[in-house]
Amino acid sequence: MQRIFKILFSLLILNISFANSISAENTSKLLTTDWSFKGPFGKFDRASLQRGYQVYNEVCASCHSLKYVSYRNLSEKGGPEFSVKEAKAIAASFEITDGPNQDGEMFTRPAKLSDKFVMPYSNEEEAKSANGGAYPPDMSVLVKARAGGADYIYSVLLGYVDPPENIKLDDGVYYNKYMYGNKIKMPKQLSDGLVEYSDGTNATEEQMAKDVVSFLMWTAEPHLEQRHKTGFRAIVYLIILTVLVYFSMKKIWSRVETNV
Amino acid sequence: MSDHNYTPSSKFGKWFNDRLPLLTLANHLTDYPTPKNLNYWWTFGGILTFCLITQIITGLVLAMHYIAHADLAFSSVEHIMRDVNYGWLIRYIHANGASMFFLAVYIHIFRSLFYGSYKAPREIIWILGIMIYLLMMAAAFMGYVLPWGQMSFWGATVITNLFSAIPLVGESITTWLWGGYSVDNPTLTRFFTLHYLIPFLILGLVVLHIWALHVPGNNNPVGIDIQKPSKDTVPFHPYIVIKDLFALLLFMIVFAFFVFYSPNILGHADNYIEANPLVTPAHIVPEWYLLPFYAILRSIPDKLLGVVAMLSAIFILAALPWLDTSKVRSAVFRPLYKQFYWILVIDVLILGYVGAMPAEGLYLLIARVATAYYFLHFLLILPILGKIEKTTPLPLSITSPVLGGSADLAMAKNIDVRKEKL
Repeated sequence: MQRIFKILFSLLILNISFANSISAENTSKLLTTDWSFKGPFGKFDRASLQRGYQVYNEVCASCHSLKYVSYRNLSEKGGPEFSVKEAKAIAASFEITDGPNQDGEMFTRPAKLSDKFVMPYSNEEEAKSANGGAYPPDMSVLVKARAGGADYIYSVLLGYVDPPENIKLDDGVYYNKYMYGNKIKMPKQLSDGLVEYSDGTNATEEQMAKDVVSFLMWTAEPHLEQRHKTGFRAIVYLIILTVLVYFSMKKIWSRVETNV
Repeated sequence: MSDHNYTPSSKFGKWFNDRLPLLTLANHLTDYPTPKNLNYWWTFGGILTFCLITQIITGLVLAMHYIAHADLAFSSVEHIMRDVNYGWLIRYIHANGASMFFLAVYIHIFRSLFYGSYKAPREIIWILGIMIYLLMMAAAFMGYVLPWGQMSFWGATVITNLFSAIPLVGESITTWLWGGYSVDNPTLTRFFTLHYLIPFLILGLVVLHIWALHVPGNNNPVGIDIQKPSKDTVPFHPYIVIKDLFALLLFMIVFAFFVFYSPNILGHADNYIEANPLVTPAHIVPEWYLLPFYAILRSIPDKLLGVVAMLSAIFILAALPWLDTSKVRSAVFRPLYKQFYWILVIDVLILGYVGAMPAEGLYLLIARVATAYYFLHFLLILPILGKIEKTTPLPLSITSPVLGGSADLAMAKNIDVRKEKL
């Protein structure tokens, strides 16, 4: 019996460490911070998500879309939890093209809660031509789309350093310590005091990076809190059931002169 | 096999059973005499049935929301993750369920290898099992393509391109498979159709697999033939049912840890990037459960021979009952085979590891040695071992070793003596 537990457990550990070692291939010395969403009981820090939205809106949104996120999500449970009124106001501050109307004309109107986040560019080609040929990736699932996850995005945001002397960079290409291949077409974005947080938090580079990456973690995994909570209940339930079944099994097998 | 002279007690039951003997079948399944010394490695059959049913049910729900179109597949998966009620849970169970399914099937296969469950009279069970395993790989591969991420697209491109290695008609076959001149929308829709179909084929084969099992009955850790029913057996219900349930619950706890606390750890980050035919990922790697075969494929410099080697690595398993010439089933009584068994396990793990690494330098060398050893094990070591190995004496019945019969040497007879008795 104990052997089975041991084997299952070591398989689990082996699996996880193996998968980690693959994904950690190019990201060995990533920066990290005390993410509130890590671990089995991890939750998002609401204030951090709200600040993160502000950083996204004021800094990232001019180039990066969030095409799978709707304005209504901003007020939903487990997210930044803006009030519905606040979320409506945020939505209304964006213009979107709708239509055609009865006359067959397209028209613009303020965005509603049910609309997806407005895209910064009308198509990929426009985005590329505005950014020196590089396409700023959609950020909806960006955290999950990069090995290293939140730590990786955080590191890249803070990883702009002077290039080593033997590396020549073309115009519009920047050196980043953590970026895959070290070359990035996005210039350094964050600098101390870039945004003014309404809750009085000091907008240091690290603070903004942490807030915006938390926000992006939420856009990538909007149901993370529910997942952690449901998981805890499911596993407690399974463990209790397992114990009960174990004793039932012992009782049933006690009729046979053998060990289970 | 137990006698099927069951008579239902009720009048209606009898009337019904005379016309369709479902009650006889139910009675057979509950009474089915099972060796009482089965250890926990034997619980994976039940676990695998659970995995298949879980995949089918979650898959049905996903298919209600998924859109098989190159332009919409990726966003429909995001729709499931965000807006479908508990869509994230259903999808994570389905995605991790595939990994859990393979984890269980590998344990099931290696259990069979250790205890010689593939040997006469169970060859058909074994071959049906290999067919199920092949279909599982096809289903898993096509399922991985459906989210239409980068790894989906490029994985599909690499694997379908293998068919172009076939001489003369290879290119035409590849075009035919794609439904065009590259992996594109027609490929996606046919993969979805096949991904939906294959699980039901597997289900049919599972029924045959269990049917074939119920003819000779279960093998057991001692690997000897036993009288059924006898002191060596217990009825399937409640003894095996409760034990399988207990093991299944332990398995579900591990499963739940993956689903709820690291749902993406077994996947690849690149698959959260929408497929782009113009950008090739740095490393194209299949899911972990296909890595050993991927390593074999890449270890051969010639494309056609690589494909042949990869397919042979799977099909060689079907010939195993005839490649293993030893009459003794269980490795417990085969001191040499036991050691080679563990070397094979390590060899396959090494193949899996190098399959995840770039095919160059030392990794390539290791992959080649491990590939060579894999074939050596089945084609050379097993046939010879059966002829030269001196096996230890087999017990006469299960009851003797269970009762601590190792001290009771009189009970343990040489295999030849046992054969004469039979």
